[in-house]
Amino acid sequence: MSDTKRVVELVEPFAGRPGELIQALHRVQSELGYVPSGSKQSVAEIVGVPPAEVHGVLTFYHFFRTEAPGQHTIRLCLGTACHVRGADRVLQALMDELKVGIGGTTEDGVFTLEGVRCLGACGLAPVMMVDEEVHGRLDPGKARSVVRDHRTARG
Amino acid sequence: MITLEIAGRQVQALPGQTILEAAEAAGIHIPTLCNLKGLTPRGACRLCLVEVTSWRGKVVPSCATVVEEGMTVVAHSARLRELRRTILELLFAERNHICSVCVSNGNCELQDLACELGMDHVRVPYRFPALGMDASHARYVVDHNRCVLCGRCVRACSEIEGAMTWGFAHRGVDTVVATDAGGPWVDSSTCTECGKCVEACPTGALLDKGTSVAEQVKDPEVVSRVTERRPRA
Ligand code: SF4
Ligand code: SF4
Ligand code: FES
Ligand code: FES
Repeated sequence: MSDTKRVVELVEPFAGRPGELIQALHRVQSELGYVPSGSKQSVAEIVGVPPAEVHGVLTFYHFFRTEAPGQHTIRLCLGTACHVRGADRVLQALMDELKVGIGGTTEDGVFTLEGVRCLGACGLAPVMMVDEEVHGRLDPGKARSVVRDHRTARG
Repeated sequence: MITLEIAGRQVQALPGQTILEAAEAAGIHIPTLCNLKGLTPRGACRLCLVEVTSWRGKVVPSCATVVEEGMTVVAHSARLRELRRTILELLFAERNHICSVCVSNGNCELQDLACELGMDHVRVPYRFPALGMDASHARYVVDHNRCVLCGRCVRACSEIEGAMTWGFAHRGVDTVVATDAGGPWVDSSTCTECGKCVEACPTGALLDKGTSVAEQVKDPEVVSRVTERRPRA
């Protein structure tokens, strides 16, 4: 089933309820992992708001993504403790290795890179999570090898 | 009738009127940008700030503040001048306002404000973002580099034309106006090509296709002409 068709089904309970646009989009994202860009028009028609409003909400909240995430999500902490301990250099290494910026997904669809604020593991700074796995005391080289290991192990 | 004092003068206003409306009716000028007669006040630009002495000198946007009996309002002071000027400088610094190559040169509300407030230079660094233009539509163009995010186009399109084509997208420093789901204007399924957004826009951000430097002349009063002839309940 195409993603847009799935979206139409997911949004159906919110038909004619313009006040519940955010809840409708939330449902789509929690089921599909994202709100497909091409579905904005259909969501607008079903929920009963102008397309401009759907676009506005989707782009305003960083929570929503309009592109399918990769198989694995890398969340690099850019919080204070990690920043002080060199998260910016780790970020640069990850961006070079993956050839994407923050919020981007690699061309092969394996990784999505995200920047987050404090993972609550400041003692291990700089920290990143690959899906549910925590990797601490990172430096640029270590971050690169975590990515490469994932590629060879499950890529 | 409500009686209040604006700029040292006794002024009368109807309940529910804004300080700006009361001032204008009495011939007292207050600079504005995002406000446009006929559209809902939005309080977006803050250029119309005034000091309400009777509220312990509180600074409020006159376009979005309703009059009160016995209120005393300062419309011009050194403090207000500095505030307005800073706001204006920030607007100029935020995008790319190179008047000499702009379609609206000589017919621009932002430029007029710079003259009025004596803005001879900008004290903050220019950001000069590289923003795009959308010239996909057969008749109109949007140039985000000249947009001040006043929302006049958004309100004209929804409140007057009822098309709801325009909205704001993204946030903070990345905010832009966008048509429908963010696609090219020409693909808009809601736009009726009425052109009210272009007329309402105070700068060279929305323009008629084919206009060159200093050729764009706008008629923002089209909005109030429509609302006056089409009174709402
Ligand atoms: S031309 Fe009219 S309908 Fe189209 S976007 Fe502008 S105001 Fe809205
Ligand atoms: S395009 Fe014009 S009217 Fe619309 S927000 Fe920008 S400056 Fe204001
Ligand atoms: S700042 Fe990075 S884990 Fe707390
Ligand atoms: S004119 Fe009042 S806030 Fe813009």
